Amino acid sequence: MSLFSGLLHRRPRDLPCQQVVEIVTDYLEGALSAGERRRFEHHLAVCEHCTEYLAQIRETIRLTGRVTTEDLTPEMRTDLTDLYRRWRAEG
Amino acid sequence: MEADTSLLRRLRGGDEQAFADLVARYNSSMLRLALSFVSSRAVAEEVVQDTWLAMLRGLDRFEERSSLRTWLFTILVNRARTTGVREARSVPVADAGPAVDASRFSPSGAWAVPPDHWVEEAENRVDAAKLSELLRGAMSLLPDRQREVVLLRDVEGLTSSEVCHVLAISEANQRVLLHRGRSKLRQALESELGGGQR
Ligand SMILES: [Zn+2]
Repeated sequence: MSLFSGLLHRRPRDLPCQQVVEIVTDYLEGALSAGERRRFEHHLAVCEHCTEYLAQIRETIRLTGRVTTEDLTPEMRTDLTDLYRRWRAEG
Repeated sequence: MEADTSLLRRLRGGDEQAFADLVARYNSSMLRLALSFVSSRAVAEEVVQDTWLAMLRGLDRFEERSSLRTWLFTILVNRARTTGVREARSVPVADAGPAVDASRFSPSGAWAVPPDHWVEEAENRVDAAKLSELLRGAMSLLPDRQREVVLLRDVEGLTSSEVCHVLAISEANQRVLLHRGRSKLRQALESELGGGQR
């Protein structure tokens, strides 16, 4: 594939966007082969929408990481202290 | 923060405070994970208590080849599955839905309705508590297996191999579940923050 024809025509081995969004996780998980990875990165270099999509997935991961977990209630804390003492008593 | 190994050493030496410290560190995560398997808070708390007891009873056998957290989560998942009200009725249904609705692509597979830009603006447009609430809501709608993987990977920050160990699934399966789950959470954020439909 010459550089010239590459500029004029959609390259046959280009990934369609619809496929790119399906391999985003494999990309982030390092599960793509070297060739697939190159095609993926090549696509990103020329497609702003998929670049945006990847950024959104990364942002989703970051925001999900900040979801707070359930609170430890005082009752549960007391129950667990009792549980510990019962276990100690088991000897 | 005191290392888990140091807390474990104190716990083995009979230090009750070390147990309280471990509870403070991990109980919330364990409860959340348990809630992903069983439907009631009371049952989830029971599963978590059972897990702590199993951990205390197994203290001498724990060899610290895996992290304490992974060990606790593994015990918990096993307990939750034997108790699991949800698990019993949720034999994995193949969820083959696409990451992004097909209507947003042209027949050639290129974007027809591309994603709007919201990435650097999420936290300016919606406050953190609301974003958290939105994601919690979206997570609760995920199929169980997807929710478990997203919870362990993206909320708890376990590595993929730790997740595979805890849930007893393959790396490939983990990736598929993670992919479906994350795609839906992204969609939920986009629906709130961007203009894109579905
Ligand atoms: Zn694209």
